[in-house]
Amino acid sequence: MVMGALLILIGYFLGLYFFDRAIAGLVIALLVWAILSLIGYFQGDSILLSMSGAKKIGRDDHPRLYNVVEEMKIASGLEKMPDLYIIDDPALNAFATGRDSNRASVAITSGLLQKLNRDELQGVIGHEISHIKNRDVLLMAMCSILLGTIVLLAWYGSRFLFWGSMTGSRRSSSSRGGGQGQIIILVVALVFMILAPIFAQLIYFAISRKREYLADASSALYTRYPEGLASALEKLGTATGQLKSANKATAPMYIVNPFRQKGMQASDLSSTHPPISERIRILRAMAGASFNDYDQSYRQVHRGGTGVIPAASLAAATVPIATIKLEGEAGELNEIQRARETSDVMWQLSNYKTIACDCGAKLRVPPNFKEPQIKCPHCGRTHQV
Amino acid sequence: MLALYIIIGVVVVLFIAFLILYNGLVRLRNQVKNAWAQIDVQLKRRHDLIPNLVETVKGYMKYERETLEAVTKARTIAQQASSAGAGERAKAEGELSSALSRLLAVVERYPDLKANQNFLALQEELTSTENKISFSRQFYNDSVLRYNNQTQMVPSNIVASMGGFKASEFFEVTVAAEKEPVKVSFTQ
Repeated sequence: MVMGALLILIGYFLGLYFFDRAIAGLVIALLVWAILSLIGYFQGDSILLSMSGAKKIGRDDHPRLYNVVEEMKIASGLEKMPDLYIIDDPALNAFATGRDSNRASVAITSGLLQKLNRDELQGVIGHEISHIKNRDVLLMAMCSILLGTIVLLAWYGSRFLFWGSMTGSRRSSSSRGGGQGQIIILVVALVFMILAPIFAQLIYFAISRKREYLADASSALYTRYPEGLASALEKLGTATGQLKSANKATAPMYIVNPFRQKGMQASDLSSTHPPISERIRILRAMAGASFNDYDQSYRQVHRGGTGVIPAASLAAATVPIATIKLEGEAGELNEIQRARETSDVMWQLSNYKTIACDCGAKLRVPPNFKEPQIKCPHCGRTHQV
Repeated sequence: MLALYIIIGVVVVLFIAFLILYNGLVRLRNQVKNAWAQIDVQLKRRHDLIPNLVETVKGYMKYERETLEAVTKARTIAQQASSAGAGERAKAEGELSSALSRLLAVVERYPDLKANQNFLALQEELTSTENKISFSRQFYNDSVLRYNNQTQMVPSNIVASMGGFKASEFFEVTVAAEKEPVKVSFTQ
């Protein structure tokens, strides 16, 4: 809302200066915003997914991932199963997108899929599902479009103002006469043009961080196991690889900031995500799994101050943390097995056939391989393709 | 004249408030119903998986007849209880859960079985179904809590009693075995 007001104010000053009518600038500002938001609203998710090179997967491609997402879908009470994508990238990240809960997608990098065990995966997916459930995707898309428009208009506006004042105001001899008034408007407009994008950005980051905390709290509530997400974040925190396909506009959708650098103190105001170490500390300090517990834990970490969870969602009900995981730890794959499993899926998604030879070698047959038989390069056995 | 307007205004406001509260209650009741249906789906899925599992495991497990029989028996009982009330049903399903986790714990002793692709796929399905059952139960109980709160709190309780909204029953785990970690004994 604040950002919308900023946008309108910028439009107002632009219009006042160039067209002698505030309304013209306002109309331009609103028009630009409307077009951008419509594009973002209807095409945002497919643009984001195709930009990141994500591949859609089904239940049979990766049953474990599919099952975990379905579990979280049930836990959060989402009505429709979101689409699932894998991004072939060794960086560790995941994001959710889609304008509403009926048309949502969750994407995860192959690197992260290899690194996380089942509980951790559940925590991360719970975080992403709660972005969908809380409709953060829509909120942040709108905010980023607003931010983009403000920056755009302010940038052009300040350029025109600059050139206008250099060549002498073309309307200095107009009938309005008040040269002094003109200068005051010019100065106010100039200061505003410089400050508006900065403020808009800060507000945007603040909203983004707040939604991250909420998603963490929801994930803990859904899984009843904050430690899962905490230990996943720990793994994410130690990795520093930047995601190739991420850009500034899509940053808030990821589970951790895709642009983070090693040793960067991200606790400042200009970050879309709260620092990972702080998120882990809050999750680990939780006494139960409810929003209330998360809020108290947050206050504890921040030494007083206000909480992060909207008061309306704070229920007094006590929710115990699951100490016994029902799933059999016996079937848990280790990291090497998970890496093999993920690479199998990635090959399969690019239409390669995988033939397991009796000697233990795995043959990857490319889609343009035309011969009916193939010889194992390791032991010499022939296989039917 | 003014008094008339005021009365009309108050009536309209009351009517709108009634509509909002009523719709809210309907939404919550439907959510409870959907959540219950979800539990149903998952329990049925588990019943369908078990014959498959027993069939796969049988060839490998020579010494675990009792464990296998316990699972089969618990499944039959749970299937019969599926038309019963929430309480009885939860009990039968709890027995099945503990029989299953005993079976999965015993698998550790059979490395051949653990290498079987078919079994691994089944185990993943079963693990996930167990999770889905507990998550759908969790969501059901949360929904029931919200719904029951709405039917009992002022002012929505007035609307609830007028519209015939009755409190729902929780799906509690009554079997102690499911709450405790499974004890595995390695003696025959």
